[in-house]
Amino acid sequence: MGANANTARLVGIAAVFALGVWAAMAGLADEIMIYWEDISYLTVQHVVLVSVSGGLAILIGVTMGLVLSRPAMRSTAETIMQVFNIGTTIPTLAVIALSMSLLGIGFVPAVFGLFVASLLPIIRNTYAGLLAVPAHLKEAAHGMGMTPLQILWRVELPNALYVIFSGIRTALAINVGTAPLAFLIGGGGLGELIFTGIDLMETTMLLAGALPTAGLAVLVDFLLGQVQFLAVPKGVNPLR
Amino acid sequence: MIKLENLTKVFKVPGREIVAADHINMEVPEGEICVLLGPSGCGKTTALKMINRLIAPTSGKIYINGKDTDAYRVTELRRSIGYVIQQIGLFPNMTIEENICVVPKMLGWDMKRARQRAAELLDLVALEPAMFLNRYPKELSGGQQQRVGVIRALAADPPVMLMDEPFGAIDPINREVIQDEFLKMQDKLKKTIMFVSHDIDEAVKMGDKIAIFRGGKLEQFDSPDQLLAHPANDFIADFVGADRTLKRLRLLKAEAAIDPSALAVNRDTSLRDLRAMMTERHADAAVLLDEAGKVAGQITGEAASAEGVAAQKSEPVHAVVKASADLREVVSVMFANDTTWLPVVGTDGRFQGVVTQAQITHLLGETYRQRQGAGAH
Repeated sequence: MGANANTARLVGIAAVFALGVWAAMAGLADEIMIYWEDISYLTVQHVVLVSVSGGLAILIGVTMGLVLSRPAMRSTAETIMQVFNIGTTIPTLAVIALSMSLLGIGFVPAVFGLFVASLLPIIRNTYAGLLAVPAHLKEAAHGMGMTPLQILWRVELPNALYVIFSGIRTALAINVGTAPLAFLIGGGGLGELIFTGIDLMETTMLLAGALPTAGLAVLVDFLLGQVQFLAVPKGVNPLR
Repeated sequence: MIKLENLTKVFKVPGREIVAADHINMEVPEGEICVLLGPSGCGKTTALKMINRLIAPTSGKIYINGKDTDAYRVTELRRSIGYVIQQIGLFPNMTIEENICVVPKMLGWDMKRARQRAAELLDLVALEPAMFLNRYPKELSGGQQQRVGVIRALAADPPVMLMDEPFGAIDPINREVIQDEFLKMQDKLKKTIMFVSHDIDEAVKMGDKIAIFRGGKLEQFDSPDQLLAHPANDFIADFVGADRTLKRLRLLKAEAAIDPSALAVNRDTSLRDLRAMMTERHADAAVLLDEAGKVAGQITGEAASAEGVAAQKSEPVHAVVKASADLREVVSVMFANDTTWLPVVGTDGRFQGVVTQAQITHLLGETYRQRQGAGAH
């Protein structure tokens, strides 16, 4: 599996490199670089949008999943999760639009919309991951005299961490992909280049927004993958 | 010592009440293993889990070494009791060392002492510490995991252990090995142990006492031999099986069934003298010993009818058994060799006596004769 993944990675890098060479020869790179100032400014805006909304989603999503998975919530948790699942089916563009009609335009409604769109996978995976920790592990932990908090920290969370991280990766992939829509409600970000490019039928301008967005998505997932690899304990990490 | 006093648990389910434990009274003396035995749903596991309060009793008292367990905080109580479950429950996110050190750490031991203890315990179950301390549970076989499960419960040296079908998920061959290892360990450690099982053979092997449960009631609480020889009612007789007397073979050692009338002679004993001794003791064979007191052969009554010395008429023996072998093994060797007697040797290989089928039968039947004798008076 490792060898295959490595080959795939090499092929990918080679393809990107070839694309870059072609773009340079065709003069495309130079044309895109005209927008360099916009790109760097908007990328920072984009990253701020993603990290603020994503960070909030992780914080609140993990907490909610955790609360829902507690035995005291057993009777109501499933119902609440069903409501959340229905919420997932709402398209992200609709979420953004609803956010605008609620909070107006600007940075705050954009962050709120992205936060809502990426919240659900995190709650769902945290909840499911914690419930999937085998009952006999919890029984052993209780029987050895651990307090409920110790069981959560030392047994439940470490064993659910891989699943929780998968949820966070999914959520942030959605988040980065949805972030260009923030422009539509005045939130800024690389969407400004993309949508303006579309409106003006200006391909280079469009690409000047789309390529960094794509690169950002790949980068975020790559970084999270590394964190997941390192942070999940070896004994319960299928990657090592 | 563990003492249960009128221990009762009633589970309330909509519409009715289920009595899982009904006024259980029993006492396990210090250093003994008590096996809680019975069909599933009989209340044995409920009784066990009430001791470390994983299940809260409805009423009744539990004393450990004379102290009422209600006086403890629940986590403090559990940390002072070793707990082993069938699914082992090693934490997969922790190394073997971290798993073993969980309770010592909670009790505030310093890490160096806890680590040292972990290595000692691994040694105790013949798992090389240098190799296993830093492994994760998934890198161990089932048998190795269960050994670690047992020593993890022993980590803080608790006086009392609760074991819930600890060897139930292990294949039969490994189970025997681990049971033997555990008994050897217990010989040294002398823990007071409550042990849940549904297997009568395991109960007979492991238990100093056996408690049989049915429908939440303690039906009989006795030594394995008493239980097998004198089941209190038909349910218990059924449960321990129609071959219960054969199961008792396992509880007795070969040395207990040595026939005092058996003959042993030296190489240079004259056959004439041997004939006289055989007639006197109604023996039909004799064991020939060499100078070192080891078994050199046997002389049958027929061979002894000649003249000369014993060594001339000796034949090879069928087999010998060790004094420490249980009678089940002895009988098995007898059947395999189509003989009714076997010489018994000590660990040094020297002759200790002869075990005979008649003596075994006599030994097993003794308890019934006593009971009948007592009944007649």
